Amino acid sequence: MKRFGALLLLPLAGLLSGCDMVVLAPAGDVAAQQRDLLVVSTLLMLVIIVPVMALTVFFAWRYRQSNASATYAPDWDHSTKLELVIWAAPLLIIICLGALTWLGTHLLDPYRRIDRIEPGQPVTQLHKPLRVEVVALDWKWLFIYPDYGIAAVNELAAPVNQPIDFRITSSAVMNSFYIPALAGQIYAMPAMETKLHAVINRPGTYSGFSANYSGAGFSGMRFAFHGLSDQAFDQWVAQARTASAALSRDSYLELEKPSENEPVRHYASVDPDLYGAILNLCVERGKMCMNEMMSIDAKGGLGLAGVRNTLPLQYDKVARRGAVFGNDPSYVASICTAEEAAAVSRAASDATPANWPAKNLSPLRGAGLLRPGTESRRAEADAPSLGLLRREL
Amino acid sequence: MPDTLTKFIFGRLTWESLPLHEPIVVATFIAVALGGIALLGVITYFKLWTYLWREWFTSVDHKKIGIMYMVLGLVMLLRGFSDAIMMRLQQAIAFNGSEGYLNSHHYDQIFTAHGVIMIFFVAMPFVTGLMNFVVPLQIGARDVSFPFLNNFSFWMTVGGAILVMASLFVGEFARTGWLAYPPLSGIGYSPDVGVDYYIWALQVAGVGTTLSGINLICTIIKMRAPGMTMMRMPVFTWTSLCTNVLIVASFPVLTAVLSLLALDRYVGTNFFTNDFGGNPMMYVNLIWIWGHPEVYILILPLFGVFSEVTSTFSGKRLFGYTSMVYATVVITILSYLVWLHHFFTMGSGASVNSFFGITTMIISIPTGAKIFNWLFTMYRGRIRFELPMMWTVAFMLTFTVGGMTGVLLAVPPADFVLHNSLFLIAHFHNVIIGGVLFGLFAGIAYWWPKAFGFKLDPFWGKVSFWCWVVGFWFAFMPLYILGLMGVTRRMRVFDDPSLQIWFVIAAFGAVLIACGIAAFLIQIFVSIRRREALADPTGDPWDGRTLEWSTSSPPPAYNFAFTPVIRDNDAWWDMKQAGYIRPLAGFKPIHMPSNTGTGIILAAFSVALGFGLIWYIWWLAALSFVCLIATAIGHTFNYHRDFHIPAAEVTRTEKARTTLLAAQG
Repeated sequence: MKRFGALLLLPLAGLLSGCDMVVLAPAGDVAAQQRDLLVVSTLLMLVIIVPVMALTVFFAWRYRQSNASATYAPDWDHSTKLELVIWAAPLLIIICLGALTWLGTHLLDPYRRIDRIEPGQPVTQLHKPLRVEVVALDWKWLFIYPDYGIAAVNELAAPVNQPIDFRITSSAVMNSFYIPALAGQIYAMPAMETKLHAVINRPGTYSGFSANYSGAGFSGMRFAFHGLSDQAFDQWVAQARTASAALSRDSYLELEKPSENEPVRHYASVDPDLYGAILNLCVERGKMCMNEMMSIDAKGGLGLAGVRNTLPLQYDKVARRGAVFGNDPSYVASICTAEEAAAVSRAASDATPANWPAKNLSPLRGAGLLRPGTESRRAEADAPSLGLLRREL
Repeated sequence: MPDTLTKFIFGRLTWESLPLHEPIVVATFIAVALGGIALLGVITYFKLWTYLWREWFTSVDHKKIGIMYMVLGLVMLLRGFSDAIMMRLQQAIAFNGSEGYLNSHHYDQIFTAHGVIMIFFVAMPFVTGLMNFVVPLQIGARDVSFPFLNNFSFWMTVGGAILVMASLFVGEFARTGWLAYPPLSGIGYSPDVGVDYYIWALQVAGVGTTLSGINLICTIIKMRAPGMTMMRMPVFTWTSLCTNVLIVASFPVLTAVLSLLALDRYVGTNFFTNDFGGNPMMYVNLIWIWGHPEVYILILPLFGVFSEVTSTFSGKRLFGYTSMVYATVVITILSYLVWLHHFFTMGSGASVNSFFGITTMIISIPTGAKIFNWLFTMYRGRIRFELPMMWTVAFMLTFTVGGMTGVLLAVPPADFVLHNSLFLIAHFHNVIIGGVLFGLFAGIAYWWPKAFGFKLDPFWGKVSFWCWVVGFWFAFMPLYILGLMGVTRRMRVFDDPSLQIWFVIAAFGAVLIACGIAAFLIQIFVSIRRREALADPTGDPWDGRTLEWSTSSPPPAYNFAFTPVIRDNDAWWDMKQAGYIRPLAGFKPIHMPSNTGTGIILAAFSVALGFGLIWYIWWLAALSFVCLIATAIGHTFNYHRDFHIPAAEVTRTEKARTTLLAAQG
């Protein structure tokens, strides 16, 4: 088998050089740091894996039955020293790896705003983040640019070297928003919002997709992500503005219906309250928004009267079917108007770009780690955080 | 017939429910039907029905039940593997605008069924079967604590398998992935019978698994031979004990979470819906609180197998018995503290993610210690490379790689780029095939002579071994690479042609594995044909160390004529060293449990109940539920539960063995 394997290596090397390992060679700084952690962890583990595999082969060969010259000690079954080594060696590796994990997980938390554009270039006041609201639909992606009032289906564009601030939700079932070249994935879940902060460093077209199976049209749930220069991005925005379609509540409900392999589509204008309504499951007028419901419940709820505050539901993503013994499908009727609900959503939204970059980007207080922006260690703060970590290792 | 009456009788079952429009399914059905008719014909022709019913189906003998579990696992392996090879074929050809040969309706069922079947109806029956057969023999017991319960557990597992198999030909299976995450598995997005088949198949099988766990815990705690303290138990018994503790503590969580999902689907509750305050993430948490211990339920007994095999074939005491036991216990406890690592990407905070990442890594410490212990058991041994030992060395080389990628996935930022990718698929097949399956093959080759009195044919065993090992590397190494290329799981078609070559290599690996399975079946067939030449009349073909090798092969119904007394953790080795002499006289009548058909009847009613619930045939559900309860109560009035094997018969059996041993010289 050994000889067989060696023969295989040649074409394998050729194949490997030919393929595009995007996870190992990403174009965004966040993904690059995740890649670094992946590589460092692998090397750390190889420290113990390689000797174990080598010893396995060596012992298997050395102590084979036909080798009468090898020592045979049938009753030897304990050695305190060896026991110490075999528990301590993995323990030490895991202590190192655990420390790396703790730091890396906090530094690369997708909810945390990025503190550098690329190694050696911290985020400053000049970097205004691009806000993108992402909605996973059955089975396509909707991207809303609240700062520009435009939207696109199955196409995402962002200027290079500018922080991108994603807010992500889903209309019906769970998906996962993943652009391997840009940053790690995060789930898109209905009635919940997840966040992702990232930056793209090299212009180009990258592929994005759903990384969590979501039904029949899942395979076609792909989109192109364009990293563009500032001018090209402005052009892209201008081009989107020339589109004839507008994204209102009604046209959204049309778009939301399940469909597969949707072509790229642009919307010249977007209802500014649409994303909040999608997130709170109240795009249809008359439906109570989740945040409204939660604030009522937080104040003690509507009591028994609330149980009857429902209306029959005609449509919910797919023609909704009720449980066989359950009530007919219904929804909770809203108490305020859609506009009032939207105003509440807006007021509750914390996504104001004015506080960018925040004074204290990181709640980290780990030894050896800097709090970004700390006066006393400004010079070091300019160095990339994980890079610093690597230097210390 | 009026429409309402049809609906009352057949629920939502109609002619359209039969997948006649799917040529692949129709062809499969015809093949299965012909094969089934042939099998039934053969059984009838040779008048085997009475024999099967009396000696096997109604048997409460733990050895026979263990063997029946293994047969179930093997049959379901063929089904689960057919699903696998269909997926590999689809992914190898669905490029450049080709849709492949499977539509999404069919493909999505296949990957769901593959996962469900391989875990619940292949790995679980194999593992339970092995424990059932070996544990009572290893601890010097005559059966398990509750022999009837054992028979009932087995038939409930079969019942679950029957429901899954029925979904292939009547209706459809779930199209949700093997864990059926809501909201996709809710009534709104999966209104068809698929998820209901999933729920009721797992619920029926889950009853069996939980009860079998209780049974084996009681057996190990209460029925050990005198002198066998906890720290003198064979390692396989220890790992079985830990596995069954895990089963009893985690399967109720699965039962509860599936019940809640069933309530959502049947009576319109909102546990896991988007609306009305439901929370799908709660389901994901609960199912993984069962799901993570489940992977240790599968692997721990095989760790035990590797310990037995390494020690036996190295002709040495197991290195670090105590640390092996503690490592097992630590893994058992830690397996409950890591479930969140299956969904780091659902937006838990950095501190939560780090906690679960680090607890996951900590599990690799006792696991690493185990690997070292096997390594130092080989050290200064005299290793005989028989089949079980070959599987063990292959396991040690394969599993370490899988363990490494597992720890890698436990680093949350790395998981963010690899979650749900083919890298993950490669990882868990690396540990499940490289660990569980290699262990099962080692265990089967090791204990086969004990079960049947003859060894397995080594030539075909080696063919199977090399096909499996090489096939595994061909099938899953490309998946690691594809994962690093950013390819996600459960995709049906691809648009990037540069990926295709890797899928073709993986498909080739799957074909090699198919050869491995075929060689294994041939090995069994050839061994049965050559059983005279391969016979082992001694009962101790490997120069074994634990108690099961002290009795005859196959063991008599009562296992041990006299209960042995234990002085050492390698009990049989110690007895051999001390010059043990078999008692030849003074046998006493042996108290044994009687066979009963109640288990199979209860399971049949459970299947009918499940089928009624799946298809909304309420009269059938109600009727079978009433029958189920009535039979269970009725069985409590069965007073013919036990009998005594007369001393004369024991003497006769033991005398026959004495003659056989004497013929050996």
